[in-house]
Amino acid sequence: MIAAHLPALQVVVPLMAAPLCVLLRRPALAWALTLAVSWVVLAIAVLLLLQVLETGPVTYPLGNWAAPWGIEYRVDMVGAFVLVIVAAIGAVVTPFARRSVEHEIPRDRIYLFYAMYLLCLTGLLGIAITGDAFNLFVFLEISSLSSYVLIGLGKERRALTAAYRYLIMGTLGATFYLIGVAMMYMMTGTLNMADLATLMPAVADTRTILVALAFLTVGISLKLALFPLHLWLPNAYTYAPSVVTAFLAATGTKVAVYVLIRIFFTIFGGVEVFRINLIGDVLMGLAILAMVSGSAVAIYQNNVKRMLAYSSVAQIGYMVLGVSFATVTGLTGGIVHLFNHALIKCALFMALGCVFLRIGSVNIGDMAGLGRRMPVTMASFVVSGLSLIGVPLTVGFVSKWYLIQAALEKGWWPIAVLVLFSSLLAVIYIWRVVEVAYFRPAPEGGPAPAEAPLSMLVPMWLLTGASVYFGIDATRTLEVAGGAAAFLLKGTP
Amino acid sequence: MSAEATILLAVAVPLVAAVLIVLTGSRPNLREGVTLAAAVILFGLVASLFPAVFAGGRPAVVLGEMLPGLAIAFEVEPLGMLFAGVASFLWLVTSIYSIGYMRAHHEKNQTRFYAYFAIALSSTMGVAFAGNMLTLFAFYEVLTLCTFPLVTHHGTEEAKRAGRVYLGILLGTSIGLQLFAIVWTWTIAGTLDFTAGGILAGKAAGPTVGILLALYVFGIGKAAVMPLHRWLPAAMVAPTPVSALLHAVAVVKVGVFTVLKVIVYIFGIDFLAQAASGGWLLYVAGFTIVAASVVALRSDNLKRRLAYSTVSQLSYVIMAAAILTPLSAMGAAFHIAAHAFGKITLFFCAGSILVASHKTLVSELDGIGRRMPWTMAAFAIGALSMIGIPPTVGFVSKWYILRAAMEAEQTFAVAVIVLSTLLNAAYFLPIVYAAFFRAETAEPVAAGGRARGAEAGDGGNPRHHGHRREGHGEAPLTVVLALTVSAAGILFLFFFPDLPLALARQLAGGAG
Amino acid sequence: MEFPGLYNYWITIVLMMVGFYIVIAHDNLIKKVVGLNIFQVSVFVFYISMAKVQGGTAPILDAGIETYSNPLPHVLILTAIVVAVATTALALALVVRIRNAYGTIEDDEIEGQEDDA
Repeated sequence: MIAAHLPALQVVVPLMAAPLCVLLRRPALAWALTLAVSWVVLAIAVLLLLQVLETGPVTYPLGNWAAPWGIEYRVDMVGAFVLVIVAAIGAVVTPFARRSVEHEIPRDRIYLFYAMYLLCLTGLLGIAITGDAFNLFVFLEISSLSSYVLIGLGKERRALTAAYRYLIMGTLGATFYLIGVAMMYMMTGTLNMADLATLMPAVADTRTILVALAFLTVGISLKLALFPLHLWLPNAYTYAPSVVTAFLAATGTKVAVYVLIRIFFTIFGGVEVFRINLIGDVLMGLAILAMVSGSAVAIYQNNVKRMLAYSSVAQIGYMVLGVSFATVTGLTGGIVHLFNHALIKCALFMALGCVFLRIGSVNIGDMAGLGRRMPVTMASFVVSGLSLIGVPLTVGFVSKWYLIQAALEKGWWPIAVLVLFSSLLAVIYIWRVVEVAYFRPAPEGGPAPAEAPLSMLVPMWLLTGASVYFGIDATRTLEVAGGAAAFLLKGTP
Repeated sequence: MSAEATILLAVAVPLVAAVLIVLTGSRPNLREGVTLAAAVILFGLVASLFPAVFAGGRPAVVLGEMLPGLAIAFEVEPLGMLFAGVASFLWLVTSIYSIGYMRAHHEKNQTRFYAYFAIALSSTMGVAFAGNMLTLFAFYEVLTLCTFPLVTHHGTEEAKRAGRVYLGILLGTSIGLQLFAIVWTWTIAGTLDFTAGGILAGKAAGPTVGILLALYVFGIGKAAVMPLHRWLPAAMVAPTPVSALLHAVAVVKVGVFTVLKVIVYIFGIDFLAQAASGGWLLYVAGFTIVAASVVALRSDNLKRRLAYSTVSQLSYVIMAAAILTPLSAMGAAFHIAAHAFGKITLFFCAGSILVASHKTLVSELDGIGRRMPWTMAAFAIGALSMIGIPPTVGFVSKWYILRAAMEAEQTFAVAVIVLSTLLNAAYFLPIVYAAFFRAETAEPVAAGGRARGAEAGDGGNPRHHGHRREGHGEAPLTVVLALTVSAAGILFLFFFPDLPLALARQLAGGAG
Repeated sequence: MEFPGLYNYWITIVLMMVGFYIVIAHDNLIKKVVGLNIFQVSVFVFYISMAKVQGGTAPILDAGIETYSNPLPHVLILTAIVVAVATTALALALVVRIRNAYGTIEDDEIEGQEDDA
């Protein structure tokens, strides 16, 4: 009975919990509720994934209004995979959040933080689960609005301007998306993605649809911070509270990539969008520019959070590159990198959260000697950093392997070279931190910072461990990602 | 115990030892006990695999799939057997050596040192037994990373710079070139398993073969083919046991071992011999041999001279492999073992001299043979082996390589071997001569004093200077014991080279 | 269709460009929000006008009503308006906080302060 309603519960549970948080007021209670909800959400997501693996796509007509008139929730392989990513990151971040939030957010606003956090989770899950193009816009805005608030909660005043700029860019992006949806609706008279996919081939060559595709692509590219539309991202990640950065870096942009995949391979799946115009080439070019320029700029950053933010720009490049190949191998690489990068970046930002908790700074100069003072935290940073570089036996290696393979299969070896070049740049920026933390002696005087509390170390190491585990045995993630890629490229929803 | 379990244990034992070393870190005697016990067990395990492989068996075990169609798999074949045997035996010797060295030298962070040392051995075993290129690559990278803390052991500014060069070149080449080559091979051949006769035959042709070979050879930075050799001299800032085992045996040998594996099992000797575009390798290796020897000749710092000698000797293996006949492959495989024994003895001696007298420069060694007869005798044996004079094992391997070169009518290779033998003699024999036949200088040169402090990297440890120069004798007992054993090994393998030769012969398919 | 036939699209485009220009060109944070609103409203107009069916009335189920406008875009835009209002409210709240923190709502002055810091 309940099993049949899992798709609805996936979104409704966190949505209902958010106002409850506001009612509870007490920080400890709000946190406990968030914790419980985030684990329930994860359980639902995993159940849905298992169900999809077993029986194929799951559909759920909301309020029993049949598609294509009513809003339909539709969970297929890609959607379920993204749901699990988002829910898992949410479930791991919440226990981590308690101490970090106490440290970085005024006590009287903590309950608001958790309410916003839950809303953001709702929005991100909703994007991944809905099968309706307009409903997707609503969830996009729920997650965006709450993330503007979350970023604005940062300690420094620059968090406010970062949130404001993100708001302007984000709203422009969402509105662009809305225009695209309007044009598709004009031509097909439907908003249901599955329905759109069947009607699209008939009208695909019209100028309206081409313009719609352009608006959709630009709008989502703003959201996923694809170079050169990434300008909001570095500041937003740098000045947001540590927990928010860890959560958003691992989920926000990933979900945007998911939307991109949805548009290209589900809605426009029947028309093989990459073969009818330049869009694939443009995306590939931008992805490569993002990879190289993001990594190159990251090298010169002294704020480690900002450094990792630029690294995220580069990593988004990897994902979009995988998508732009439009082959099974490439798309598998892109989708599996969604998961892999979520693990890596979340763990890295968590490590910085621990550092910030203890020494109150994430500037590279202040991290001297941390290798000895916070060995557990820094060890996690190093392992995740190696994964970011793409050293074998870590998840980063798996993604890179697939992307290079996809490039070579097409005979585009310069792209493979650039992928590798970008990972070598990652060696440089990760190693800058390692050298400071392990070779530069800690400053004299002042109390030596202790290791971070267990409640933060355990979630961090959970992710770090996962990023090694899924690097050694990548068959499971690749099974899902490969299945999703093959499913999407069949051209039918 | 089944061979499968033995293989897994060989990789696991050093790892377990690393954990135990960390746990027993507060009690040095117990900690060193763990190291020794692990080394003995490991050697026993590796030795127990000998009979099966000798009889032509290829014990294999698959640990699980990493990527679909690509497993983490181990397979013991003759070359890997030979390499694992040499490495595990020398770990045992080095463990004995490093106990004396590290204590006499008052090194800091000894627990970390032993732990990473053990992990390095584990990954060396992983490389030696790897059943496909992906497994090999994974352990190759682990080895790079876990030796980084060993190279930068002293934590000084100099160590940090050396660490940068070390990691930059090794990680840069392996990710930038080798990984590229591996994925390329995978897309062309659809497999990465090490297969007798190669996996690329009939699937790649023309310039592709040459480019792929270049990506592999230069991607395997650990083989130190010029111009990617700079990490090796840089890594000499590490404590001497590290230089000895890792930079004369494990790390660099993993490099040439991988090159050899790639040539024999990925390309296939016959296939590469037919493909015209692979011919350049011989010349690059030949150039490296001569050029590195010339640099060694001009270096006054003993460890640096040894490092460049290593660069030169490594390219012997590569050049031998590049001659591309079964006999030459056999010579290459045997030279891995021969050079390992020779070079580790020389490094042991350099460390022994450093511990006992705090001397690091060749020009300071006049007359030292009288004070340290055991050390310098071992040094002489090691030097003879490097040059290739009987009765040392170096003669045997050089003999095979020279024979292969002559049979293949590679005049260039023959010329390189002759020239480099002369150069080897020119940079090793004066040391031996000075140590035994020159009178000790009363006052060491001032320049030596400065260099000494930097080399020892003692971080201002005052105890160092308490027992210096005047009246020093031999190094600590364990140090002398270790270098005597390895020197004895050089002689032993000259008289009884059958076992390694048989393995090398199997690799080459029964030639010679 | 003759010239005035698609004038609603022209209005949408003009409004959109006006809004977009304000967002990009103005330094005043409030004006940026105003521009953003105009930009969003242009899209709302676009939705509503495209739903109009010539000669159609409001979609009321009653005898005698044969042609009526498509109600779905209207409903969608109700939702979108709610979102836009929330966005505006949040943006204004942020501007208030920015004003408290920086003492100005001019983008160039804020940037000047940030560069000094």
